[in-house]
Formats: sequence, C-alpha cells, structure tokens
Amino acid sequence: MQPDENGAAAMNSALEARPLSPTAKRSGLAKLLRNNSMQIAIVVVLLLIWAFFFWRSPRTFGAYDIYNSLMSTTPYFALMAIPLTLVIIAKEIDLSFPSIMAWGMAAYDVTFLLVRPFNPSLAVWLGFVACLLAGLLAGLLNGLIVVRLGIPSLVATIGTQFFWRGVVLVVTNGQGLGMTPVQTTFLYPALVGRLGGVIPMQFVWTIVFAVVTWFFLNRHKFGAHVYLTGDNTDSARLMGVDVERTKTLTFVIVGVAAAFAGFVVSEGVLFLWPTLGEGYLLNTLASVFLGGTSVFGGTGSVFGTFVAAYIIALINPGIVAAGWTSYWTQLIYGGIIVVSVSLQALLRRRLS
Amino acid sequence: MGSVLRLMNVSKTFGEVAAIRNVNLEVGVNEIVGLLGDNGAGKSTLVKIMTGYHQPDPGGELYWKGEKIDRLSVARARELGIEVVYQERALADLQSLWRNIFMGREVCNRWGLLDLNKMKKETQTLMSTLMGFTSSAVTSDSVVGAFSGGERQGVAITRALYFQAELIILDEPTMGLSVSETKKCLEFVRGIKRAGKSAIFIDHNIFHVHPIADRIVVLDRGTVAGEFRKDELTLDQLIDSLSLVARTGSLEGANHAAR
Repeated sequence: MQPDENGAAAMNSALEARPLSPTAKRSGLAKLLRNNSMQIAIVVVLLLIWAFFFWRSPRTFGAYDIYNSLMSTTPYFALMAIPLTLVIIAKEIDLSFPSIMAWGMAAYDVTFLLVRPFNPSLAVWLGFVACLLAGLLAGLLNGLIVVRLGIPSLVATIGTQFFWRGVVLVVTNGQGLGMTPVQTTFLYPALVGRLGGVIPMQFVWTIVFAVVTWFFLNRHKFGAHVYLTGDNTDSARLMGVDVERTKTLTFVIVGVAAAFAGFVVSEGVLFLWPTLGEGYLLNTLASVFLGGTSVFGGTGSVFGTFVAAYIIALINPGIVAAGWTSYWTQLIYGGIIVVSVSLQALLRRRLS
Repeated sequence: MGSVLRLMNVSKTFGEVAAIRNVNLEVGVNEIVGLLGDNGAGKSTLVKIMTGYHQPDPGGELYWKGEKIDRLSVARARELGIEVVYQERALADLQSLWRNIFMGREVCNRWGLLDLNKMKKETQTLMSTLMGFTSSAVTSDSVVGAFSGGERQGVAITRALYFQAELIILDEPTMGLSVSETKKCLEFVRGIKRAGKSAIFIDHNIFHVHPIADRIVVLDRGTVAGEFRKDELTLDQLIDSLSLVARTGSLEGANHAAR
C-alpha cells in the first residue's frame, strides 16, 4: 500500500511553513567531514603508517616496485575482505573462506582433468565456472546451517572450514596441479594481466568488487536489509525484513568471492596448492575490523575495509624494509584486531 | 458495521505450552478495540499472529475484510494494511531515522534500487508534522539510538500512521513513557479513530484503555474471558470485572452485574 498522496501534500505544505533549521544552513564541507569521519580517519592511519615506513626505508618505499607488488598481492585477501564486510555487518562471521578458496580450486581441478582430453581451452573455462559454483554451494551451505539450524556462525564455519579442507585433500589426494594451461586462455590476462601494461588486473578486480559491493550495500534494498538485520535482527524480522534470506545471501557472496580469489591466487603463481588459503584468515579479518566494521553488527563500510586491506598489506614489507624480523608481522596483525575491536566496544558504550 | 480483521478459533502452542486457546476476536471498521490482560495472558502472542509473525495452530482462521487469509506473513500483513507498534518499538538503534521509518518497506524501483531522496524528504516532513520534533539538531540522518523513550515511540507510531494502515495494532505503547509522553501517545490513538482507521490498543493500564476504546476485550490465561462495549459499563464496573477475572478466570458474573 502506498502512502496517501493528499496526506503527503498536506505534510509538505506544513513543512514549507517552517523556517529552515540551522542544520540545513551548515556548510556542506563541515557536514561532509562529520558524516565521513570514520573514512577520513582510516585514510589518515594509512598515510601515517606509510609515512613511517617511508621514513625508515626511503629506498624501498620511494620506488614503484613495492607499489606494483602491493597492487598484485593485496587483492588476494582484499577480494574476500570486501564481501566479508557484509557478513559481519549482518552480525555473523565466516571463518571458512580460506578453505572455500581451495575447495573452489578442487572443483576446477576435477573439471579441468575431466574435460582436458577433449578440449584443453574449454576445460579451463568450465573449470573456472565449476570453481565459482563450488564457492556458491559452500556459501549456501554456511548460510543454511546458520539460518535454518540456528547454529552460531562462529561454530558452523569452523566446522565447514575443516570440512572443505578435508574434501580438498581427499579429492586432490594431496597433489597440486599446474595452472599453465590457463595462460592459453583469455582468463589469464583478464584476471592477472596488466591493464595498459602497468596496473595489475588483480587490483582492477578489487576496485570492481569494492564499487559493486558499496553500491549494493548503500543504494540497494539488499544492503539496507543487511544493516537492519545486523543492527537488530528481531526488529528487522518484526518489520517484515527477510532476515534469513539476507544472511544466507551474504554467506553465498563470500563463498563465490573466496572461490574467485582462490582462482586468482592459483593463477598468479601458476600452481594449485592443496593448502591454498592457509594464512589468509588473519589478514582478511583484520582488514574488516580495522576498516571500522563493527563486530557487533549494524555498522561498517566497504571503503574502510578496502583502505584497511592496504594498511595490513603495508605492514609485512614495511617491517622487513625497516630492518626488523618478519616475526613481528603476526603480533602486529593480532594487535590490530584486538585494538580495533576494543575501540569499537568503547565507542559503542559511549553511544549508549 | 463490517469487520476489518476477524480471528476464528485461533490457538497457539509453543511446545507443551498453550499461549492462547480458541480465541475469537473481531475488529470493526473505524473501531478501537482495547485488549486488556495481565502479563502472560497471551497478548503479545495474539499480536504476533495478527501480524503474520507467528502462524496459528491448524484449525485457526484469519479473515481480512471478510476474505480468508492462509499463511499470513509479516510482509503480506503490511501489504494488506496491518501495521504494528511493538512493545519493544522494533527500531534499529544504530541506523538513521529514515532507515527506521522505512524499515522493511523501503521505497525502491523494481530493481531494488533505493530512492534515498524520497525517503529522506518524507522523513524530514514527518518529523515536523506527525512526530512533532522541534529540535533542529535532529535530522533524517540522526541515529535513533540517541532519542528519548517518547521520541522513539513517536517514531514507531509515525511509521505505522505513515503507511496509511487500515488497522494499527499498538502493543503497550505507553510502556516506559512519562506522563506527558503518554498523553501525546493516547492522542495519537485518538487520531487513528478520527482518520477513520481501526486499532487494537493493548495495555495493562485500564485508565489508558477505557477512555479511548470503543470495545474492551479481556484476555486471561490465553482465552477471551469476556468483552464489553464501553457504553455498557463505567470505569468502576470495569475495574470490578477485572478483579473478578483475576480470581475466577471468567467474566460471567461481571457481565451479569454490568446489566
């Protein structure tokens, strides 16, 4: 049912009779700064960390090489951190994505080997499709376990993390697979080539993921429902938001993205390791939390996650270039998660 | 007088517990029905059945304007024109005012793209009219978690009125409100009557219900213990009847006494 037009018109005239409030007069720039303070803060953090490393090692951070390398390798986890933001805004968590990366590639492996004798190029394409479908299936399974059976996602996705890793080991028999046949197809330049011979395609895809995810989160009904579901699941349900479908969809998106990232990583190194995905959990989660997405659900931003992924990515080479041992990396990642989550808790307490 | 919503023989059990049993209830066009009952009488369960949140046990029937409705969902109920103001207000505290007003009913095109301008503009209009916000510090982008209890109730009621519901169900709307906020809230309910709509007004407090209801239904331990037209009895008689219900679980004697 639509609101009554006459009623709305009457209300409009009532509004026009009122003088403009001071809020409306406030300068646009001040408002812009206030509304985007979180985003601005995260960019400042990135610049500070960058400046620090630049000061410690101008030779490394003054050359293009390091940025080229960051643009190629950060997407490996940024591609998952961006959609994972949706899951966490919806007050769920997914810990299974590192295994889904490998599970998607196991599906590629099987499909590729089956079709290769007939048509090697077609085998690559069908393998790619199978990989994405496998990711979709794994995400759907996560969603159904969490939504239909009511298992907390923390536990459910630890379970599926082990399950899919096990499936991968069984299916591949622990063996890797060479990915060189992909080089003969268009997929290779499209996913890990260089745009204009300069910009790594991984980076381009990360931008595409970020823009599309931002759009759906902020300009589409689905995103509105993600926020409402995470903020107050009961209220959302009472007001007719399909909470179950919304949550399931977020898991499905992460599943597909993880499979895609798995493909990009394997293609980047031209080999499929059955251990693919191990080592991605911490930096992906750290990107989401550092980016300002609340572990309590209901708030978060794709832009924050995107910038935070680059902060996380800067740390490892930064530490090495500054002359410290890389043993510090994990400590710093862990510290970042603890500090950013604690800050959120403090902010939340101040709000209430 | 035709009926808007009619419940026939509606029961709801959760596991072993029967929350409500064989409830028959009718709401007429432009009628305010007061629903009274103690804690645990089954008021909230009844509300959630009328709004499609819970499904009644098999055998129970719901009619909307004379038409039988099978498997009412929350979205379907809102389409039909049933809006609820929940006890817990059903707001999302971290979200902006406009997102709360349009929760579950976002204005969007057929591709699902939100019409942000329209939603914010409408919210701005509602603030100065229905909600009566006068502070200039509050905008359509303000987060509702920072509002007072009365303001939050105003948001919840405004949301129900905005969508031009035929039937507005208010589940203990005065709970936790100050005296002046309660007065304003009751004025909202009178506004529903003036607008030609129907309402179910649920409260423990008979002093709130009696003045504005056309008919009062008393719910006790999951069943309808009795109902009166307001003109049938005075507030004093109502209070006597309710204490009788509390003792015996029935209004048989009270109905008699009222006549």
